[in-house]
Amino acid sequence: MVRARTIKDPAREKRIFFARVLVASFIVILLTGALISRLYYLQILNYEHFQTLSDKNRMQLQSVPPTRGLIYDRNGVLLADNRPVFSLNLVKERVRDMDTTLTRLQQLVSIDEDDIDRFKKRIRGPRRPYEPQSLKSRLTEEEIARLAVNRHELPGVEVDAELVRYYPAGETMSHVLGYVGRINEKELKVLDPVDYAGTNYIGKLGAEKFYEETLHGKVGYQTVETNARGRVLRVLDRTNPVPGRTLTLNLDVRMQQRAIDVMAGRRGAIVAIEPSTGGILALVSTPGFDPNLFVTGIDHKSYSALRDSLDTPLFNRALRGQYPPGSTVKPIVGLAGLEAGAVTPQSYIWDPGWYQLKGDTRFYRDWKRTGHGKVDFHEAIAQSCDTYFYDLAYRMGVDKLAPFMAQFGFGQSTARDIDEDRVGILPSREWKRASRRQAWFPGDSLNMGIGQGFTLTTPLQLATATAMLANRGHWVQPSLLKEAGPGEGEIPARDESVLADIHLKNPENWQHAIDGMEAVMHGRTGTARASGRKSSYHMAGKTGTAQVVAIKQGEKYDASALDERHRDHALFVGFAPVENPRIAVAVLVENGGGGSSAAAPAARAMFDAWLLEFAPDAESEAESTTPENMPSGGH
Amino acid sequence: MSGSDFLRQLPDASRHFQKRRGLMYRLHIDPVLMVLLLILACAGLFVLYSGSGESEADVTRQAIRLCLAFGVMLVFAQLDPSVYRRWSPWLFLIGTVALVGVLVMGTGAKGAQRWLQIPGLPRFQPSEFMKLAVPMMVSWYLSERYLPPSFKHIIGTMVIIFVPTVLILKQPDLGTSLLIAASGIFVLFFSGISWKLVGSFFAIVASFTPVMWFFVMRDYQKQRVMTMLNPEADPLGTGWNIIQSKTAIGSGGMSGKGWLLGTQSQLDFLPESHTDFIIAVLAEEFGFVGVMLLLTLYLMIIARGLYIAVNAPDSFSRLLAGSLVMTFFVYIFVNIGMVSGILPIVGVPLPLVSYGGTSIVTLLAAFGVLMSIHTHRKMLER
Repeated sequence: MVRARTIKDPAREKRIFFARVLVASFIVILLTGALISRLYYLQILNYEHFQTLSDKNRMQLQSVPPTRGLIYDRNGVLLADNRPVFSLNLVKERVRDMDTTLTRLQQLVSIDEDDIDRFKKRIRGPRRPYEPQSLKSRLTEEEIARLAVNRHELPGVEVDAELVRYYPAGETMSHVLGYVGRINEKELKVLDPVDYAGTNYIGKLGAEKFYEETLHGKVGYQTVETNARGRVLRVLDRTNPVPGRTLTLNLDVRMQQRAIDVMAGRRGAIVAIEPSTGGILALVSTPGFDPNLFVTGIDHKSYSALRDSLDTPLFNRALRGQYPPGSTVKPIVGLAGLEAGAVTPQSYIWDPGWYQLKGDTRFYRDWKRTGHGKVDFHEAIAQSCDTYFYDLAYRMGVDKLAPFMAQFGFGQSTARDIDEDRVGILPSREWKRASRRQAWFPGDSLNMGIGQGFTLTTPLQLATATAMLANRGHWVQPSLLKEAGPGEGEIPARDESVLADIHLKNPENWQHAIDGMEAVMHGRTGTARASGRKSSYHMAGKTGTAQVVAIKQGEKYDASALDERHRDHALFVGFAPVENPRIAVAVLVENGGGGSSAAAPAARAMFDAWLLEFAPDAESEAESTTPENMPSGGH
Repeated sequence: MSGSDFLRQLPDASRHFQKRRGLMYRLHIDPVLMVLLLILACAGLFVLYSGSGESEADVTRQAIRLCLAFGVMLVFAQLDPSVYRRWSPWLFLIGTVALVGVLVMGTGAKGAQRWLQIPGLPRFQPSEFMKLAVPMMVSWYLSERYLPPSFKHIIGTMVIIFVPTVLILKQPDLGTSLLIAASGIFVLFFSGISWKLVGSFFAIVASFTPVMWFFVMRDYQKQRVMTMLNPEADPLGTGWNIIQSKTAIGSGGMSGKGWLLGTQSQLDFLPESHTDFIIAVLAEEFGFVGVMLLLTLYLMIIARGLYIAVNAPDSFSRLLAGSLVMTFFVYIFVNIGMVSGILPIVGVPLPLVSYGGTSIVTLLAAFGVLMSIHTHRKMLER
């Protein structure tokens, strides 16, 4: 039996094999059927689903950031430009392993931990898928080349050219123009994610910040075809962005530069306004800084240097510095006294060098210890007689003085397109009760009469009030913007009716105050007569001195004995020409000493620059008049 | 009167026909198979041109490889099946030793050792060699015995299959080891083992699945199964390949996006688009219609192969031919199955279309063996 089984039966084997081949064929057909049904399922039944997936793979909706509007000065000098800069961007969705990629990139390009942290925050925040996120900007040629060579091993890494803000005038425009910088986390939360998709920079300070919506423009879109590594192959469809509007400012870059020059390295501020239009010709705070440093992110060392400098270059003294106005308010206080009937142009006092309230032992001293003698309204302004204004303020009272001064913008922020300024303090009975929990004493009125005490003003406020004086009470709102080019962005503007025209009961009083101011410059006894000498035009002005450290009763102020930073601040306000004012200026020199010696010459230089040197018809006039050597000394 | 005398008296036309037929026979070429394979190879080159990102270099290299492989096929076709039968045990022995050699001193890439470098010989992949040697060995072993085989011989067969399978699994190369195991098991199936045994075999395989899962399969292999079941779990990682290949296939629709116009493959979303995943390129660019045409071509080759097997003169040839044809089908099924997402990803190329050297040579060598079996039939029958 066993042996019989070993005998082979070819016919039977062939029969069995044929049967098995039939079964095998059946299995082949069955399994092929399974494959066909699978393909039918994918290609026919779910075609649309996969078609969509495939399109989503290759097509991406990208936002196209608009070009930021350019900014020019009043003469068409470019103040803010856009220049191409190459930056390194990452598309998170395309990067297979973020940590490995970042490590590799750090080997190729110098990226510090701050960049990495900022980038990581950004990719964690709200964002559109496949939106490239900036990791590092201002790549060098060499870095671009290294990235290009290694790009095959860096999926999702892109080198893109972007337009970055550049400020040709640099430090000259620093505070007033401001700068743009990278959008930070806080801003990201409030910004419209649609409008700012693809925009990396936003105005951080100055005009760049105030006119952000005007300058930004409208985002565009494009549908692009990309490959699996995220590289854009072609643009399928595009909606162009609308570029931001071009702005022309009232500023004159030459006036800015002149203001910096006349400050000659001292700390301070100069604000110049064109009274007829309210146009701000110059707004300078010294020292300044180079705004270009901030655009793509300032490095730690430079920032520390700016932040820790004793001269506080980042501090905008013109808008945020609050100083006692000192004697510069005397023309306005005087005007208030005329208006209230406390004095008349003809009334006078006898100044022994001090003033004393009845029943008070305290002496209120005049700056001139020997006194001015017989002083009327005109001489009181020309010589800056303190005693006259103690008496005037006492008789007038704070309740009439404060509202009158408010009409000139003290204690308020009034410019049309500046909102980062501080409002200072215009003291009043209510203010003192609320902030000091004290009653108003008559002595407070006396101090207020000479611009000391509680009163604090910014250089912008002083310039605004001076422009109002120059306009004889006509209110013209100060503004940086001259005109905006065509475009869609809104032009933000602050309420114009914060102030109104001042109607005096007796309009002739304007002339009395202005005559006094003219005497300051040109009068025989004027405190700034040295600065008013040899001019082809007439100017009106008022010097001022603001105490930094209180001088005790009976003590004498001695500038040389005081540390430089404890010396008085020098102030000056003025306008010119007197009859047809074309420029109103406020000058502040921190720790400059006296207003006549430190501040008035700077104002004269600004007047000369605007009226003679830079005036459209200045060529011939500049020949005939040589600007004065800056004399010093005297109040 | 001898047969040759009779033939000489046939009319001229007939004799001419006999002569032509005789020429193909003398060259040991099966014209049907030859034509089908050539069509497939040419179609494959077209798809490859697209799948490789229009790389002329790749297409040229593949064309050279195909020529070489067709040459190998013709050489294999010249040998008499009895030669294969006689050499089977020795070839198997050599192959097994080489596999052990690979594990001891092999070279390779991506964590797997598949190549063997013997000084003086070109580098080669013993596992590819075993794709032919194992079915030959099993066919030889069973054809020497009474068929259907006894239980003892089935066990013997299993041992023959088991040894190389495990050695290749160790490399590790799951795809090839399964293909080789399948090629041996197909021989067993064709030898006529009872349906009860076939059934219990599947039962054992099924019951061993958990054992495989927990003790044999490596983490990356388990991961592939998990990925097949739910590719969306890790769409940018392990699921990327299968999601992109399904998207490519599905977006091809009925008639496809057109040659060289498949966005998934041309824009590099589809990985391995010129090797294992090339069917997705075809499906995307030529649509459902294109894949059906390809499948038809494959089925015709399989049908012709099975026809050759059925008409083979002896058990060894029959079993070997049957096994080789079915293994060819397994390639197709596993490849399309994995790319379309119904099987886990194992490295199995699409026969004659995927870019890659060794597997094409082995495949066409197998068709050479089929042609040998078919064209040496008359002499053996005599």
